[in-house]
Amino acid sequence: MSDAPSTPSPAAQPLDESRRSSPSEGGNAPTPFPAAGNISDAEREELRRNGILLTSLEELYNWGRANSIWPLQFGLACCAIEMIAAATARFDIARFGAEIFRPSPRQADLMIVSGTVTKKMAPNVVRLWNQMPEPKYCIAMGACAISGGPFKQGYNVLKGIDRFIPVDIYIPGCPPRPEALLNGLIELQKKIQTEKVAGPQAAKHLRSDVQSEFPVPTYGEHDIIPTKNPDVWSPPSLPRKA
Amino acid sequence: METLEQIRDRIATRFPGAQVSIQLNPGAAAEHSLLIDSKLGREIALFLRDDEALQFDYCSNATGVDWLDKEIVDVKKTTVPDAAGGPAKVVEEKTKRTEPGYLEAVYHLYSMALKHGPVVIRMRTGNRSDNVTLPSLTPVWRSCDFQEREIFDLYGIVFEGHPDLRRLLMWDEFKDHPMRKDYVSPDDFEYEPTPHDAVLARAKAHYPAPAPVAGVADPGPGSTSPATKPAAQPEVKP
Repeated sequence: MSDAPSTPSPAAQPLDESRRSSPSEGGNAPTPFPAAGNISDAEREELRRNGILLTSLEELYNWGRANSIWPLQFGLACCAIEMIAAATARFDIARFGAEIFRPSPRQADLMIVSGTVTKKMAPNVVRLWNQMPEPKYCIAMGACAISGGPFKQGYNVLKGIDRFIPVDIYIPGCPPRPEALLNGLIELQKKIQTEKVAGPQAAKHLRSDVQSEFPVPTYGEHDIIPTKNPDVWSPPSLPRKA
Repeated sequence: METLEQIRDRIATRFPGAQVSIQLNPGAAAEHSLLIDSKLGREIALFLRDDEALQFDYCSNATGVDWLDKEIVDVKKTTVPDAAGGPAKVVEEKTKRTEPGYLEAVYHLYSMALKHGPVVIRMRTGNRSDNVTLPSLTPVWRSCDFQEREIFDLYGIVFEGHPDLRRLLMWDEFKDHPMRKDYVSPDDFEYEPTPHDAVLARAKAHYPAPAPVAGVADPGPGSTSPATKPAAQPEVKP
């Protein structure tokens, strides 16, 4: 790496030529792949058929991360049963590279909040989230994890885990079927694959100005304190119809 | 199995000073119960467990009941003779009195040995505030352990003699008793995707008032006046 030639090697010549060659596509505007220069998908495919694989560091990095998501092995309620079913042979979450459920948050990079989060459990969920290293993602699985679900009138139910930690993917359902979880996982993979490695739009784990630890609520005399993290969640403004 | 009356009489014979009565259940189930003296609760429970004819060796369930203060109107009728010689008038005099509420612990007993049951026994606390102690029946039936902790947690009955009386469901720092009828749960209804009924009433206070429409007086936030249309449902987040 240190003794890289300053002049481009002959092998790199076709690459440079193909980058310049755009008139072959004619009128239909090629969809430029953002990180691999101004080259269309059709051109990339043509190159791939001729034995030249074009990629970028960003693409490779995101491809690797998106296809080996290690979820945290914990479940809270009935949604966890569906999550377990998604890991069995019938649904086989391993097809998407996410089969290694880690028993330790230190090794996990996806937290599937599968089930009702009680107020007694909420500090522990936030603590687990804080213990996970970046890059980390959160899936709120099921109506309870999203909003409290059928138990939202309960005195002991947190009305959505997004009141304390940022949620990347919401999967509605009560409980969602394993296919829904797999769809949510695919959506998360899409989200990871579009992340940037540099610049102001860089992924949050690559930026120092984005927090990755969140305050853990404490047990109060009547409720958990605070009841929500205003940095993460504020109620959407819902104008009442006049 | 002996009838409830027979069991009551046997308890009364065995414990001459004890207050034992039958609480009738007027419902279709007709599951009548025995209200036993809480002062002798432990002894009576041991008697029910160890008596040869009863042998209630299994407590399947223990739960609590909260009875609020009850307002009772006594009607006193007095006949006042009419001065004009007409028929006598009946004057009703109503006096209100408040019957203090209490908490109850209810136990369902079965006999595995004799294969009979259930017999339901109840114990009552003195009131709902400072006299809430009942004898624990965990030393008699081990199965009462968690259930009495749950009653302690949710109703606030203190079980004397319980080996490990801590909150079971709520955290230790929690001060309220959520299953009591006068419990007010925390108001965290800032955002409800599909509010209705009681949730709608509580959620309304958090939502911004509608923009004032020309010619229509603004009812203000949280207004429950009938002028507010029931179409106060917020739009569901896409």
